[in-house]
Amino acid sequence: MSAAFDTTAGRFRRVSLGLALVTAAALLLADIELVSSNPWFELSRIGLGLLTPDFFSTEALLASLLNTLAFALLGVAAANVIGLVLALFFKWRPLQLFCALIRAIHELFWALLFLQIFGLSTLTGLLAIAIPYTGIFAKVYAEILEESDQRPAELIPPGSDRLSLFLYTRIPLAFAHLRNYSLYRLECGIRSSAVLGFIGLPTLGFHLETAFSQGLYSQAAALLYLFFALIASLRWWMRGWLLPLYLCGALWWLPFDALLSFSTLQQFFGHDIVPAPLRGQPLLALDTLARFGHWLGGILQHQALPGVGNTLVLSLIAMVGSGLLTLLLFPLISTQFLRRPARLAGHLLLVVLRSIPELILAFVILLVTGPSMLPAIIALALHNGAIIGHLVGRYSDTLNLREDASHGLNRYLFEVLPRIYPQFLAFLLYRWEVIMRESAILGILGIHTLGFFIDSAFEELRFDRAVLLILITALLNMSLDQLARGLRQRLQLNANPQQANC
Amino acid sequence: MHRPAPDRAGTPLFQLHNHQLSYADQQGEKVVLADLSLCIHAGEKVALVGSSGSGKSTLLKLLRQQQPDSAYCPQHLGLVGPLSVFHNLYMGRLQRYGWRRNLRNLVWPSREQLQATAHLATELGLDAQLRRSVDRLSGGQQQRTALGRALYQQSPIFIGDEPVSSVDEFQADQLLGLINRAHATVVVALHDQTLALKHYERIIGLRGGRLVLDAPAATLTADELAAVYHAP
Repeated sequence: MSAAFDTTAGRFRRVSLGLALVTAAALLLADIELVSSNPWFELSRIGLGLLTPDFFSTEALLASLLNTLAFALLGVAAANVIGLVLALFFKWRPLQLFCALIRAIHELFWALLFLQIFGLSTLTGLLAIAIPYTGIFAKVYAEILEESDQRPAELIPPGSDRLSLFLYTRIPLAFAHLRNYSLYRLECGIRSSAVLGFIGLPTLGFHLETAFSQGLYSQAAALLYLFFALIASLRWWMRGWLLPLYLCGALWWLPFDALLSFSTLQQFFGHDIVPAPLRGQPLLALDTLARFGHWLGGILQHQALPGVGNTLVLSLIAMVGSGLLTLLLFPLISTQFLRRPARLAGHLLLVVLRSIPELILAFVILLVTGPSMLPAIIALALHNGAIIGHLVGRYSDTLNLREDASHGLNRYLFEVLPRIYPQFLAFLLYRWEVIMRESAILGILGIHTLGFFIDSAFEELRFDRAVLLILITALLNMSLDQLARGLRQRLQLNANPQQANC
Repeated sequence: MHRPAPDRAGTPLFQLHNHQLSYADQQGEKVVLADLSLCIHAGEKVALVGSSGSGKSTLLKLLRQQQPDSAYCPQHLGLVGPLSVFHNLYMGRLQRYGWRRNLRNLVWPSREQLQATAHLATELGLDAQLRRSVDRLSGGQQQRTALGRALYQQSPIFIGDEPVSSVDEFQADQLLGLINRAHATVVVALHDQTLALKHYERIIGLRGGRLVLDAPAATLTADELAAVYHAP
């Protein structure tokens, strides 16, 4: 009776316990408090607003909806094409790094950068979506093409040209998968596009922020409902043969009036983003380097370090929170536990939770709780918990339990949980990188993660500092991605990653 | 393992009257069970024989529906891979205890439960594997674990679908004896004809979903039994 248990489940339990301990330590460091004196009052007002949506309060409603859609369609379409081309050369290591870098920078950070060059123009919005999405498409398409059946290509007579080979044997096999993924990405694109409104572009997020901050909750509710309807109906109105029509419509609808002057570009790249101590100075002079060192040290110590610390703390707590929520939510849509009518209600709940972008959700919760890390944690946990819960729930449907398996809690604990746990951990670790990206960006709302310092730098027109901090954010993200990948390999977790990284 | 109190011998436990079961696919109507009538009483030890696709598994599922509390050992085993042999055995008794005790034994197995399963594990030749994950065991060890779960349930009735197909002949012989000693009523699908004649009192043969043989094992010759597998 003295030998220790040596099981696969035991290993996963130890990993989970370790994560929980680290998170407990992070909670001690986190700034979590309920600042608002009367959260229930604000909450009841928001609740009332949700029950009485007002669809006719603003004439800008339809226009902002169309803007959101047009940005998403054009941005995702461009990224799709460029990403597919890059995917063909993805074996080239520098390209992999480049794609990792551009997708590690959040859409909103790209938007803040282009805002300085192109102003509040269509081009800013399009590039902000297209650039990071290109990095994602390149990576995922390369994976999809690699996973598809290679044998037909080996049977083609030697000497056939590479393009025909590709078009005949690779694309047809992977097409359904590629199309599904880009459709799924379009959904993410609509969310990104809506969020771009938070920095002033004329999409849904702009009007949502205005309505919420003025306390016009009925108007905000109408905007939210329209947004849900747009995403929920995506698979009905998005047809391949209609796509050219949509793209032309989007081009016609969006105003292209960017004032792109050479001197602006020169000013931005030649002066603004060059570290202040180096501007117009001889680069190799000793005192220039000393001043540069001082400048760099100051930013690292007072902005980057606390920013990185808070971003890590927030992302860790949010990830574990998402995990806990996943374990509570997935039975709601699983055939192992509920009958069809109850599952439909579960699906509805998960769809709503995962459709709201984290930034908007955090902004709304912030109105109730007051400023601290709490709204960010709740928003990230709800959004990501719903996404992973959806994936885990669908996975649990494929389990083949014996006919006399137990029911209720026993079924959950003994039959389902041990079987889904590896998949669950894999999804969660894949998601960590996404949670981290969002943790950084939530700084825009005033939580002291990296986004807060980047936003402040832009406000103070210190673009050199902003670019440095954005690069640090990207590097942090890339290292975390590596760390999570290492963890997954050590735990021998293989999951289909593609659905987990929106 | 002590022997459970047998049901009063002679009570009918399983009854089918002209049972018909079919499904439609692209090729048309497929008959799984045709016009099947049979009755199995408490205390009987029955072997079900027939080539694959003859409807044995379907019949066993039907029988289980009539006695849902039977100990059941399906062909796909239904083990939970990441959990230990102990936990998979313990699962045979989940319905007996409340959720608190079950949760406790999942996280921190109690001494008494460990002792109770250790005895059974020794009988199954799994004593060295009790604390190991089922996903790290061989096919034969996994099958013995699934059998153990059914035995641990201590139901008076046992229904098994090829419960010893992955273990060697000697072990199969022993395990079938163990099943018979632990249950008053036993219905088992078997492909090994020698073992079927040795361990069971009554042999039921199926071919193409029809009952083609139902006889006491004592009066049955090896040739008569082999005929079940060949089309007339």
